[in-house]
Amino acid sequence: MTDHAGGPPPLAVEATGLVKHFTSGKKTTKAVDGVDLTIPHGSVFGLLGPNGAGKTTVVRMLATLLRPDGGTARVLGHDVVHDADAVRGAVGLTGQYASVDEDLTGTENLLMLARLYGFRGRAATQRVANLLEAFSLTDAGSRQVKTYSGGMRRRIDLAASLVLSPRVLFLDEPTTGLDPRSRNQVWDIVRVLVEDGATVLLTTQYLEEADQLADRIGVIDHGRLIAEGTSTELKRSVGQGAVDLRLADATQRAEAAAVVHRVLGTEPTLPTDPYALNARVPDDGAHLVAQVLPALGEAGIAVPEFSLGQPSLDEVFLTLTGEPLPADETNDGAAVEEEVAR
Amino acid sequence: MSAVDISTTSLREAVALESRPSRPSAVASSFTFAWRALLKIKHVPEQLFDVLVSPVIFTLMFTYLFGGALAGSTDAYIQFLLPGILVQTIIIVTVYTGYTLNTDITKGVFDRFRSLPIWRPAPIVGALMGDTVRYTIASIMCIGLGLIIGFRPDGGVLGVVAGVALLLVFAFALSWIFTILGLLLRTPNAVMGVSMMVLMPLTFASNIFVDPSTMPSGLQAFVNVNPVSHLVTAVRGLMAGTAGIGDVTTVLISAVVMTAVFAPITMYLYRNRH
Repeated sequence: MTDHAGGPPPLAVEATGLVKHFTSGKKTTKAVDGVDLTIPHGSVFGLLGPNGAGKTTVVRMLATLLRPDGGTARVLGHDVVHDADAVRGAVGLTGQYASVDEDLTGTENLLMLARLYGFRGRAATQRVANLLEAFSLTDAGSRQVKTYSGGMRRRIDLAASLVLSPRVLFLDEPTTGLDPRSRNQVWDIVRVLVEDGATVLLTTQYLEEADQLADRIGVIDHGRLIAEGTSTELKRSVGQGAVDLRLADATQRAEAAAVVHRVLGTEPTLPTDPYALNARVPDDGAHLVAQVLPALGEAGIAVPEFSLGQPSLDEVFLTLTGEPLPADETNDGAAVEEEVAR
Repeated sequence: MSAVDISTTSLREAVALESRPSRPSAVASSFTFAWRALLKIKHVPEQLFDVLVSPVIFTLMFTYLFGGALAGSTDAYIQFLLPGILVQTIIIVTVYTGYTLNTDITKGVFDRFRSLPIWRPAPIVGALMGDTVRYTIASIMCIGLGLIIGFRPDGGVLGVVAGVALLLVFAFALSWIFTILGLLLRTPNAVMGVSMMVLMPLTFASNIFVDPSTMPSGLQAFVNVNPVSHLVTAVRGLMAGTAGIGDVTTVLISAVVMTAVFAPITMYLYRNRH
């Protein structure tokens, strides 16, 4: 697997033309429609897309849970169809929902997996104790998983994926439905794993998550990869970004908008905050940005806050697909309240 | 919830695994899944409740309500009924195999198992092994109740144990039908519903409750080919110490046939489901 002497370094994940159809009744949908992926060792690849875009199907094919209808995929050099057992021995998978047995305790769940991976007797109990400690679950180990909070469930699920220290980890929407603190914990865990050399393929609906964790991002929509690159590259492909102003005096906003329009040549937008003003930087207009503040100064308009922002991944998605990403429903208020209520 | 800090050091240590164990054998992984099934009985003892209540009600109801009318006395009837009730109880309990499997699938636990580098049938074989323990508990309860209310098998301890053993073999084979339903249907409740629809005619249109000689000829024909009838005849014979080799062999053959047909279908569905 690692004896490609002299050649390019082998890839952790390599997929070409992956296709998967689902048939229900007479209707056949192409859940995944020709996806190519190349993920080098030790990197994090983020697969970003809305619900139903095909993210989970891609991960399930790579994790040998689904057989592709077309194309090939290799994980650590092993073919996912013909050499599935070798893939299974080298990867860890954490699904969208905690895939642990809720009736069993945390310890029992991990002990079962440790034994299934071949740990015996004391080696198995020792392995479980180490994992519980690493995920701050030692105290909860003797409780049934159904009594765990959302964050604890996700941690036991991650611990379950790491019993054999997989070299490649598939995380399918690892933070969906978590409150911000639990989400940050999951992010920290992923960062540590990657520092230690693991390769991570992560699917997410959250722009921020892809931005925070992923070295490269693939945007997926209707089963196709519609863009791929680093976060910066994707943002740059959309345009030059925008200037955000905050005025000292709200009554000067109309006048400020006129000045900005004259300098940049684009129509400023006026947010609901009466002090705020945004304007898109035109393509090949980066040099004009430096003239905005002096021009406002000459007009006698005080600007206590000025920032130059790159376009958000939200805008990237909008530009690429013509549709905005679905609203981020689960990751804020409701989840936090739920967590506090437990 | 108190703030939880993930310790980077212990996480690093846990991830840095110096030696990887060799893969467990098919037998070892099946036993691990059987152990899981037993843990579930320990944590969710309510699941045994269903298993135990219906045979108690059926035994008491049929013995005291109909026993005198059907066999002249309740005491005579219990000798006839108990092996039949035992068979019915265990056969109904086999449905839980499909139900549990389907619950695992809907909750995502099965994806985890399928992503492991283990002998592929292990999760199902292990679950069936664990279920055998459940059948044994149900058998003990059922026979215990029978003994209290006057069941006196002429086959003695040996005959009763042989009867239960034959029943367990049959139940293991029959379970493969329910694993298929568990893999095909969408929800655990659908599995329950469809299974009961299959089992009701199989258990009632049999010789469990009455001698079929008074039934209309069409029904008698069904009762005579119903494998449950053969099983009941064999178990009754073993417990009464009068079983012929033929009865027992018929049951064993039907168990082999069911396993040979339904186990491969189960494994095919298991490998290819999405």
